[in-house]
Amino acid sequence: MAEKFTSITAAAAAYEARNVDTDQIIPARFLKFPRAQGYGRFLFHDVREEPGFVPLAGARILVANANFGCGSSREGAAYAFHDAGFRSIIAPSFGDIFFRNCLKNGIVPVRLADALCAHLRAMLREKPATELTVDLESQLVVEPGGKAHPFSIDAFFRSILLQGVDELGVTLSLKSDIEAFEKRYASGS
Amino acid sequence: MSAVPPRTLFEKIWNRHVVLERDGQCLLYVDRHLVHDGSFHAFANLAARGLALRRPAQTFGTVDHYVPTLSRSAADAPTPEIRRMIDTFAANARRHAFRAFELGDARQGIVHVVGPEQGITLPGQVLVCGDSHTSTHGALGALAFGIGQSEIEHVLATQTLWQARPKTMRISLTGTTPSHVVAKDLILAIIARLGAGGAAGHVVEYAGAAVRAMGIEERLTLCNMSIEAGARAGMVAPDEATYAYLGNKPFSPRGDLWKESLEFWKTLSSDAQARFDAELTLDASLLEPMVTWGTSPEHALPIGGVVPQGPARSLQYMGLQPGMPLEGLPVDRVFIGSCTNSRIGDLRAAAEVARGRKARVPAMVVPGSQLVKRQAEAEGLDAVFRAAGFEWRHAGCSMCVAMNGDAGAAGERIASTSNRKFEGRQGRGARTHLMSPAMAAAAAVSGCLTDVRELA
Repeated sequence: MAEKFTSITAAAAAYEARNVDTDQIIPARFLKFPRAQGYGRFLFHDVREEPGFVPLAGARILVANANFGCGSSREGAAYAFHDAGFRSIIAPSFGDIFFRNCLKNGIVPVRLADALCAHLRAMLREKPATELTVDLESQLVVEPGGKAHPFSIDAFFRSILLQGVDELGVTLSLKSDIEAFEKRYASGS
Repeated sequence: MSAVPPRTLFEKIWNRHVVLERDGQCLLYVDRHLVHDGSFHAFANLAARGLALRRPAQTFGTVDHYVPTLSRSAADAPTPEIRRMIDTFAANARRHAFRAFELGDARQGIVHVVGPEQGITLPGQVLVCGDSHTSTHGALGALAFGIGQSEIEHVLATQTLWQARPKTMRISLTGTTPSHVVAKDLILAIIARLGAGGAAGHVVEYAGAAVRAMGIEERLTLCNMSIEAGARAGMVAPDEATYAYLGNKPFSPRGDLWKESLEFWKTLSSDAQARFDAELTLDASLLEPMVTWGTSPEHALPIGGVVPQGPARSLQYMGLQPGMPLEGLPVDRVFIGSCTNSRIGDLRAAAEVARGRKARVPAMVVPGSQLVKRQAEAEGLDAVFRAAGFEWRHAGCSMCVAMNGDAGAAGERIASTSNRKFEGRQGRGARTHLMSPAMAAAAAVSGCLTDVRELA
């Protein structure tokens, strides 16, 4: 899928826990369902019934904590966020594979400093559904009132998201480079 | 003429696989792509685009996540949806003509057991698979890491992957590992030290005397759980043990190709002056058999430890209080299996403990592959397990991730040789304690978490 992403301004929600694993985000028993059925209903399926779970409905941006999306490589975790309406997740750090899976599903994962994420989560605890802006073009997260925080993101993915270009399409256009590589590689050079 | 700067093992492999660079990403060539019955989204998307599998000869598959372990028939899958996963894999294998070890094939098993034992995994290669424990294959000196469905589709279509160059970390294990302390204990100790995200963004190279002393299966266990510390991949430089292991495997190179490969493999080590972005040293001689107590693989302690003041949520889920001794904690079920610990060495270690004793709780042994199963049976291990009251099953991921229906019940405390203890992993509400095969067998015959060194 090649969804374009330039900037969103939307209600945000906070997720406090550190080391949130992808088993929590989507239990394994849901991964066998076809994507077309929609994965939004599986988001945090088992944990959301627990007391104290802060509802996420209506939010399109999540502000999370360290090592978000660790564990299993299941892309269902990104499917679930996407189909539930999320288009950006902000955290101090991410599980590697989950980070990349988000990028493949039109969700911009933003790394911000620990203290800054804590500040944003505290703000959302006080005022749930506060709107934040995630601007991919200028690489800024903007609070209400205008305070802006820069973030870095790989130029490659920023570029294809801004253009709404399909990553696989880019690679397929490089077919001759791949074939040339294979020739060199096979000959041992 | 300028000298080549010192390079790490990782850099040597990475550098020779870069097709091109663009905007800070490398287009990396993939030597080996392993697929399994969970990879169906990728195949469906490939079909939807009307694309073909580009390199069938470099693609290998096996069914593992969804297969029944009590039988070898897809008809015995507990639900039609699970059955469909097994059938879909077979259909994709037929459609795209890659080598597939289907249910009933003598070579079928858990993908990270099958790759190495078939000689599919080779030193110096880039190997990917849609499973986070792909790091396992790094034990043979490959650069191996997990990918998601979109990336699987990308590899199927192009045999390449866009990747940002990761950082490097060397973890040196010095000293001599004490008896009854095995690779599972070492990696749990490493994860406890680093934390669940401690190696994030890094490829880890395991080095040091304790690693050199390990056989290949132990190295596979070590690399397998690298992901639980957040690492992108884990690897061990190949050596004589590696070459001996690969010498007779079905897909290993032969004849002149073997000679050429060996010459190349001997270049695969980190140069003496190579710089790593991070270094960690642990004295293996100080380590003890480990068990986990919480809901993260980082929650691990020696068996003699007590439950610490951990996160309230983890303690509540696990039904534990701070100060409770780990030793003596009653268990309800034991699972010996998973890509972490289900190879012949693991089964031998567990059988040694089970021999002449009786399981006090339901205990099952799931060999990592049908080849491992056959070898274990040739050695009489199945008879040892059965005599001790353990169930002896067929190969599959089984209760590690419970996707095939083999699951624990809510509240059950399970001593498991698998790799994750997240909430609900082995069944909704199931409570997982991770440990080595010998420790799991010890738990089975005592009915509680037990120090295998002291088993009467």
